[in-house]
Amino acid sequence: MSREAILNQVRTALGRGAGQGIAQPPPVRLRVDDMDLETRVGSLLHAVEALAGKTRRAATGEEARAYVRAVMHGRTAVASNAPFLRECGIVDLAGVQSGFTDATALRTLCATADVGITCADYALADTGTLVMLASPAEARLISLLPPVHIAVVPKERVLSGLDELFTILPDPAARTSSMVLITGPSRTADIEQILVRGVHGPGEIHVVVVE
Amino acid sequence: MSVAFDEKVHKTLADANLQLAIYRATGRLIDHRKHAVAATVLPDYQELRTQANAIKKHTIDHLDHYLEQFEANVTAHGGKVIYCEDATEVADFVLGLAKERGAQLIVKSKSMTTEEIDLNERLEHHKLESVETDLGEYILQLAHQRPYHIVAPALHLTRYDVGDLFARTLGVANETVVEKQTLIARAVLRQKFLAADIGISGANFLVADSGAVVLVENEGNARLTTSAPRIHIAVAGIEKLIPRAQDLAVFLKLLGRSATGQALTVYTSFLSGPRRAGEIDGPEEFYVVLLNNGRTRLLADRAKRESLYCIRCGACLNHCPVYRKIGGHSFPWVYSGPIGAIITPQFLGIEHEPSLPFASSLCGACAEVCPVKIDIPKVLLDLRAEAKQAEGRKGANRMERLAFKIWAWVMCHPRIYEMAAMVAASVAPAGNGKWLRSAPAVMNLPPVRAWLSQRDLPPAPAKSFRQLWRKR
Repeated sequence: MSREAILNQVRTALGRGAGQGIAQPPPVRLRVDDMDLETRVGSLLHAVEALAGKTRRAATGEEARAYVRAVMHGRTAVASNAPFLRECGIVDLAGVQSGFTDATALRTLCATADVGITCADYALADTGTLVMLASPAEARLISLLPPVHIAVVPKERVLSGLDELFTILPDPAARTSSMVLITGPSRTADIEQILVRGVHGPGEIHVVVVE
Repeated sequence: MSVAFDEKVHKTLADANLQLAIYRATGRLIDHRKHAVAATVLPDYQELRTQANAIKKHTIDHLDHYLEQFEANVTAHGGKVIYCEDATEVADFVLGLAKERGAQLIVKSKSMTTEEIDLNERLEHHKLESVETDLGEYILQLAHQRPYHIVAPALHLTRYDVGDLFARTLGVANETVVEKQTLIARAVLRQKFLAADIGISGANFLVADSGAVVLVENEGNARLTTSAPRIHIAVAGIEKLIPRAQDLAVFLKLLGRSATGQALTVYTSFLSGPRRAGEIDGPEEFYVVLLNNGRTRLLADRAKRESLYCIRCGACLNHCPVYRKIGGHSFPWVYSGPIGAIITPQFLGIEHEPSLPFASSLCGACAEVCPVKIDIPKVLLDLRAEAKQAEGRKGANRMERLAFKIWAWVMCHPRIYEMAAMVAASVAPAGNGKWLRSAPAVMNLPPVRAWLSQRDLPPAPAKSFRQLWRKR
């Protein structure tokens, strides 16, 4: 439609010619904190709790599985296809459904399941953030539609913060069509600034860090 | 001041409940931001602002390059970029696509850009249902109102207003507990998300090297809007670009903190194209609408170009003593507060509301808190000059211009100035500040009275500076 017209207006406004080169952009600013893994995990759990999330450190996959079972408390859950969840035996728990490759079937289930279980690709220690990359292993809706979200995080995936994330993942678009950072439970304060959790996404979030 | 602006301002000032609501909401946001950018939690806050400003300046100064790079990358990931000159072109594109795909229902996440072009109204005019899904925006859509604030759109409404509104429009019981109201909205909107054919979002950032749309939110409605329906359309102004994904490490640290005092908002989505082979869910089609709507006019003005750096955090609204009194709906367009006062005249033309740049005390609080360091007071002064020049061209305000001409002449002639000052001082008894009330009839002339209704004149001193200087 108006592509050429708008680009021409932009160039005229800036006094630039078509295809003209550009000045060097300001250098990228990334400062990665030197933080040992133990400190990172501590910081992550602290930050998640400060956001009203719940946390658990699990020494083994078996322990993670027991925690998930306790949270589910007989309710239904949908789990992602992440190999780590299988390794922990979480997908074999009673009431857990997993292994979806069809969008419609997954969506229908997510719309009714009580709990969504995912394996975070990374976590950010300073802000208590989960980083989810859409892939054959991780669907978008599992961490979004069910009212409870449990994220299982292998310990070595805990990064110090945003700067480290963009250092090791400078080009997220090369890996996925969707990278989502999740920092605490869904919330709103749109009516009289009163905080309400779980408005559209999960109101309850659990982060399980596994050794 | 135009009559409409004047009336809205006075109405807001006279509404005690509204005054309290604005004061409380902005006060809370001020407080949250202050803690989030404190040196103890974010020691490099000022450095980040400087970097953000440098990146925005660079991007805007080479915008054509970054637009083309962005477009190439969106296309490479299987998406499509559509350039639109104005509101009509955006509506035509959405309507055309909806018709082609047989779409009936659209869900929308919050976007100031779509407010700017009245997209919902235009779509609904063509019998296409378009539902706002951010809780505040949903409330406003039901109430047929504009956002009151960039970040807190419904801050002027109470839970009782919302209870009445939901009862009237949704046919539910009148509920005044906010948690329950939220659940009502969640249930209604969840069905819309699952039934919608198209999701329309805005964009907080467009990343040139990735062809990505970045969305920042707390509720999850933007994630649902961009994940559940088969088609995702992002509508964004052309100024939203940043060069690299890595620059987000700077901007994301500033945006949430400046807006609501959050280190990061609950959800940050980085979306580059439709669902890829192997990915399980996500939209099958991905479009980015790049809107001009007056932005290139602003771009051509080198002195005021920095107005396009804005990342819509709303901090300048919260900190503005004028916004905090006159509120969001006094402003003539969708953008309110200091940023609204500088971009509205530039997007729509200064004649749209020439008094807008004057609705500021020039205290500089806005510039101090701006995360991308826009010098808002400087732009306001430039716009004031423009407004006066436009007035001059139209031959308006002869009295005021004559008064200032005389003033300028007197100021250029020291003897006459001194005589005039002596006359003024002899009429004005020193110290009590009340002299104008009993002053000669000239003080009662409407223009003088209007001027003095909002201002105090300092009392005249016993001896002028010149007299003191000579006796020194």
